[in-house]
Amino acid sequence: MTSISEDIDLNNDASLVIDIPDALCERDKVKFTVHTKTTLSSFQKPEYSVQRQHEDFIWLHDTIVETEEYAGLIIPPAPPKPDFEGPREKMHKLGEGESSMTKEEYAKMKQELEKTVQVHEVFLQRLSSHPMFRKDRNFQIFLEYDQDLTVRRKNAKEMFGGFFKNMVKSADEVLISGVKEVDEFFEQEKNFLLDYSSKIKDATAKAEKMTRSHKNVADDYNHISGALNNTAADNNTAFKKHLEKCAEVFEKLRKVEDRMASDQELKLTELLRYYTRDIQAAKDLLYRRARALADYENSNKALDKARLKGKDVAQAEENQKQCLQKFDKLSESGKKELTSFKARRVVAFRKNLIEMTELEIKHAKNSVSLLQGSIEILKSN
Amino acid sequence: MSCMKRLCHETRSHDRLRRTLAVCLRLSRRLLLKMSEERDAAALSGSAQTEGEEDLFVSAMESPEAARLSAEDISPSSNGPKAEPMLLDDDPDDLFAEATEEVSLDSPERQPILSDGPSPVITPVTPVMISSRADVFDRSPDQDEDEEENRDTFDIQISVSDPEKVGDGMNAYMVYKVLTKTSLSIFSRDEVCVKRRFSDFLGLHSKLASKYMHMGYIVPPAPEKSIVGMTKVKVGKEDLSSVEFVEKRRSALERYLLRTVKHPALLKDPDVLQFLESSELPRAVSTQALSGAGILRMVNKAADAVNKMTIKMNESDAWFEEKQQQFENLDVQLRKLHASVESLVCHRKELSVNTASFAKSAAMLGNSEDHTALSRALSQLAEVEEKIDQLHQDQACADFYLISELLGDYVRLITAVKGVFDQRMKTWAKCQDAQVMLQRKREAEAKLQHANKPDKLQQAKDEIREWEGKVQQGERDFEQISKNIRREVGRFEKDRVKDFRVVIIKYLESLVHTQQQMIKYWEAFLPEAKAIA
Repeated sequence: MTSISEDIDLNNDASLVIDIPDALCERDKVKFTVHTKTTLSSFQKPEYSVQRQHEDFIWLHDTIVETEEYAGLIIPPAPPKPDFEGPREKMHKLGEGESSMTKEEYAKMKQELEKTVQVHEVFLQRLSSHPMFRKDRNFQIFLEYDQDLTVRRKNAKEMFGGFFKNMVKSADEVLISGVKEVDEFFEQEKNFLLDYSSKIKDATAKAEKMTRSHKNVADDYNHISGALNNTAADNNTAFKKHLEKCAEVFEKLRKVEDRMASDQELKLTELLRYYTRDIQAAKDLLYRRARALADYENSNKALDKARLKGKDVAQAEENQKQCLQKFDKLSESGKKELTSFKARRVVAFRKNLIEMTELEIKHAKNSVSLLQGSIEILKSN
Repeated sequence: MSCMKRLCHETRSHDRLRRTLAVCLRLSRRLLLKMSEERDAAALSGSAQTEGEEDLFVSAMESPEAARLSAEDISPSSNGPKAEPMLLDDDPDDLFAEATEEVSLDSPERQPILSDGPSPVITPVTPVMISSRADVFDRSPDQDEDEEENRDTFDIQISVSDPEKVGDGMNAYMVYKVLTKTSLSIFSRDEVCVKRRFSDFLGLHSKLASKYMHMGYIVPPAPEKSIVGMTKVKVGKEDLSSVEFVEKRRSALERYLLRTVKHPALLKDPDVLQFLESSELPRAVSTQALSGAGILRMVNKAADAVNKMTIKMNESDAWFEEKQQQFENLDVQLRKLHASVESLVCHRKELSVNTASFAKSAAMLGNSEDHTALSRALSQLAEVEEKIDQLHQDQACADFYLISELLGDYVRLITAVKGVFDQRMKTWAKCQDAQVMLQRKREAEAKLQHANKPDKLQQAKDEIREWEGKVQQGERDFEQISKNIRREVGRFEKDRVKDFRVVIIKYLESLVHTQQQMIKYWEAFLPEAKAIA
């Protein structure tokens, strides 16, 4: 399964290669095995393999978000929490020695696992391929530290800090749109991002619904196949074979349909989901820059006031200089980030749309040959 | 067809429906015509079962009495007819699942119980009635041979089309054009076109059922009534659901007629011929649920249900026991299969709706996208998804008309088959009762031997002879119905297998077509995706 990550120039650079070769789904937790291979001197060993939980990823993401130094960068979006509601209950029951999982439930769980591994992997690979993030101290701890990170995570202040930041951010759309933009690049980006983010959110939701319906159709084929087998059991020989053959056709159809639906989900729905989050990360960057601009404008006002009063002028001047520096830095790095973001997005869409289309064609062709073969057999009977 | 087109035009917002219905009409019609062509069925050469000139009303008069016959004669061994109305009061729905009749809140479009129609009246049983039917029974052996010889010359095509609304408001009804094309000699013309309304079909079925079911013939059930569906049509709502409802009904009526004429005995029936050929048809009043006939039907269904519970038949023939069990199983399995297919139809319709919705969203995303090539590709994606949505709709239609409706028909047919087995049980019970009666009469006569009442003795002897006759007749009836059922079941199973084979292949072919279209659409999109630079 090719991942969204391959479009980004990850793992091109052999100096830091990360992947998640497997994941374990326990009762209500997923344990990811994070595997690192590196030639960088900052690391103590050339290869690491550690166990990490979803919460560890979130901790890493939040520490990066709160690092002032990275304010001018698009922070790779945090991977969403693995959603195992249904299968989780089953796993629970399994643990208590109750029912066993059906083939379908197991397959669904595997699919969910595939998705969540992909999204956690991409997060790490985005970090490792970025010149600044890859040097982050906490990132290195995440990759290296062979013990549980739980203790570090449990720092309540960090957790709450992140939560608070999220609350403030929602007021940002107003701030961002209210800013008087002089720079045409940022003006364009602002308009684009604000509009695009709502459209892509909508497209993601609609794609999710479409994929779910597709899976329902596949499920129905399964039930029809079962019902046909039941009917076959009671029949005389000639017709019985016929019915069993039909049941087989529907079973195979179901597999193809299911594969079609999951490939569509992985290539299209996941792509849209991911970029919805990435667009949000880009908006966050705009927000931070707008905040910096607001700070700069405030510092200007404060300087004027100080000059008027004749008090603390030097301090105010210093403050204003720093605000301007910060704003300029954010603007400069922001421009670079947003430009490469667009390039990355276009490449990702292209790759995924091509792959999805090729897979749809492949599955449809499989369907056709399966159906035509069965029709021949059924006709000749 | 033109009326259908007009209906479609008027639903301006439903271009898709128009296209979809056109596909479905073609699909369903082609399928049904093909089904009737491919099937071997008894052809008809000369020997009409009943002389063509037979007055419709005479035969109609016979039939309600025939139906009442069973209810009357069972009286010695179970609660008499008088008891049934009381049972009805005790919530028949629970005890007598079969006794419920769907109440049609059709407006009194006709006056209840016209005198020119058959008046369902309980008349006393006369031996004469039985013997006339005996003639009919005895003729069947010849019929068998005819069927075998003439299988290949079954040639009749029936189409039901052009639904047209007549009248206004709650008095309105739909009229359908029934076109029969045939080369069979029993028909007066090669091509006949008549106008019929839904209750006409119900009336036809009702007549056929009362004439033939007690002989063990499997009479194809008529399509179901629907209060909600018809009310919408009457009220004048020309929206998606009422157009779909009319199409569903039209298709069901067509399948009903085709199945009816496929039956060698029914095809020759004067009621059927009259239905197909005669431009004027006496209104079938008794099909209304709340009419006198409707209530009588419910009463009789209740009686039947009671009887089923009280008759313990000594089955001497293992074949019947086996078959009954088989049909019970088949009933359960078909219902399950039908439910799964209905679920498929529902989900595929959902998929179509969701795909359309996604297409719109993708188009909006494409508009918003500021990278030109990607923007164009997204718009193309939206177009592809829209086409695919149409594909899903068409496929859902095929799912429905090819498989779902057919399964529904068979579920109802199996009920008719089970009914025929019940008729045999009733016939057996009648025979038993006659024997009991005969025994009593003999005992009575024996007693009277010692009393000195010559008149009464003579009467007793007469009665004995009468009941001996009845016993003989009962045994003959039982033998005949058993024979008929064997033949009918054989025919039914053959047809069932053939139907399924044909339909499955048609359905798989429809799936192939859908997938091939999808390949086309995606292959056209691929270069667009690759063009993103």
